Amino acid sequence: MSSLTNSHLLGLHNVPKQDIELILDSTDTFLEILDRPIKKVPTLQGQTVVNLFFENSTRTRISFELAERRLSSDVVNFSASTSSVKKGETLLDTARNIEAMKVDIVVMRHSAAGSVQFLSERCTSRFINAGDGAHEHPTQALLDMISIRQKTKTFDGLNVCIIGDIAHSRVARSNIYGLLTMGANVAVCGPASMIPYDLERLGVRIFTDIDEALHFSDVINVLRIQLERDAGANFPSLREYHNSYGITRRRLDTLGKELLILHPGPINRGVEIESEVADGPSSVILPQVTNGVAIRMAVLYLIGTRAE
Amino acid sequence: MKFLQTILDAGGFDRMISRLAHEILERNQGVDELVVIGLRTRGEFVALRLAAKLGDIEQQQVHTGVLDVTLYRDDVRNHLRQPEVRATDITFDLNDKHVILVDDVLFTGRTVRAALNALMDLGRARSIQLVVLVDRGHRELPIRADFIGKNVPTSRGQEVRVRLREVDDTDAIDLVSIEE
Repeated sequence: MSSLTNSHLLGLHNVPKQDIELILDSTDTFLEILDRPIKKVPTLQGQTVVNLFFENSTRTRISFELAERRLSSDVVNFSASTSSVKKGETLLDTARNIEAMKVDIVVMRHSAAGSVQFLSERCTSRFINAGDGAHEHPTQALLDMISIRQKTKTFDGLNVCIIGDIAHSRVARSNIYGLLTMGANVAVCGPASMIPYDLERLGVRIFTDIDEALHFSDVINVLRIQLERDAGANFPSLREYHNSYGITRRRLDTLGKELLILHPGPINRGVEIESEVADGPSSVILPQVTNGVAIRMAVLYLIGTRAE
Repeated sequence: MKFLQTILDAGGFDRMISRLAHEILERNQGVDELVVIGLRTRGEFVALRLAAKLGDIEQQQVHTGVLDVTLYRDDVRNHLRQPEVRATDITFDLNDKHVILVDDVLFTGRTVRAALNALMDLGRARSIQLVVLVDRGHRELPIRADFIGKNVPTSRGQEVRVRLREVDDTDAIDLVSIEE
C-alpha cells in the first residue's frame, strides 16, 4: 500500500515500519524538486496549512513553511507571542477557532507533551506534531533517519548512539522509537542525571562513558546542550560537560574507524561538539537541513492527499 | 479481468517501435536537439527502446529521462487516489530541446496534462511531441498525440493492457474487459 496508516503524524511510537519506509522512500522525489530551477509542485493547491507554534522556533517553522509553500499550499502562521493565548484563551478554544476558518492541516508545536494528540482527537483537521514538550518530534527523527540511510543504505544491525540530554529531548525519544522499528541497535550516552530511568525497558543500551559509547557506534547523533536550561542544573559546568562528553577530533582519532555524525542544530561549538568535527567530512549536519525540507514535504504530501 | 483479443504480439511490437522512430526522425530531421522522456512506469521502458532505436538509426546517443507526474495529478489533489510517488530522473537541460514525451496508452489525457505541467517546471523546451503506443479514445481534455502506434476503439468497460519484457514476461498489447 502506498498510504499511511494514520491521518495524523503525532509521533513515531507505534508507527509501523512500512509507514516509516514509505515516508523515507518518498523523500527522494522531493529532494529532486529542491534541485530544480522552479522548486514548486502544485500538489497541495487549495489546501490550507496553519503553523500553530505555541513555543518559539525558527528553523523548524521555516523548514515546514518552505515545505508547505513548495507544495503550493496556502500557509498561515500563528505564534503564541502574538496570539490570544496571552489573553487567556484555552488551547482547545484556540484550535477550534482556527479550525472554524476551514484549515486542512495543522502543524503544531507546544510545550506540553500530548497536546498535539489532545487536539487531533477533538478537531477534524489533520495534525503534524512539530514538537510537544519532551515527548516527540517525529519529523526531526525522520530527517535524521533519512540522513543516516543515505550513507549507510540500511538500518539493520546499525549501531546508533544519541548523546546528550536524553531525558528532556523529544528528538531523542522520536529517534529511539523510529530507529528501533527500523531494526537499528540504539544506545544513549550522557551524564546519569540526563538519562531517563525507563529506557532499558525499550531495549536501549545506556552508556555514561563517552569513549565506550563511541566504540559501540557506527552513527552518533549529538544533541544540543540547552545553555539556558541545563548548565548548572544537570552538570557542574559547560567546560566539564565538554571535557566529559564533547565530541572532539582527538577522541574520534583513537577509535580507528570513521563515525557518521549528526546534530539537530543549532550547534554550540566547543560544548557538545568541536568545530573541527562539526565541519568535518563525517558530519552530515548541513545535509540534514536540506533533508528536513524534503522529509516535511513527503509527510505533508502523504497526509494532505491521503484518502479518507 | 477477461482477455478479449491480442492487439499486437512481440514481433509486431518491435516493428511498431521502428516505425515510430522513423516517423520521429522524419519530422525532426535527425536527433541533434532531441531528448526522449518516458512517463512512469510503462512509458519509461518504451522511451528507452525508442531512444535505443533512434540511436541505432542515426548512430548517435539520444538522452533519455523519466518523468513521475504523481505530484501534478488532479486525482491525487482531490483525494481520489494516492499512488506511490517516485522520483523524476532527468539529468539534462530541457531548454531549447525538442522533447519526445512517451507513454504507453493515451486515454483521458489527464496524465499527459500533468506531464506537460511538470515539463514546464523543468525548463522551456522548444517543442513537446507526444508518442503513444495505443490511442484508445475517450479524451476528457483537448489533447492529441503526434505519433501513434495504433488507434484502438474501445468501450469504457475495457482496458488496453501493455506488457513489456522489462517488467512482464513478454512484449504484447492486449484488449481486456474489466466488467464483471
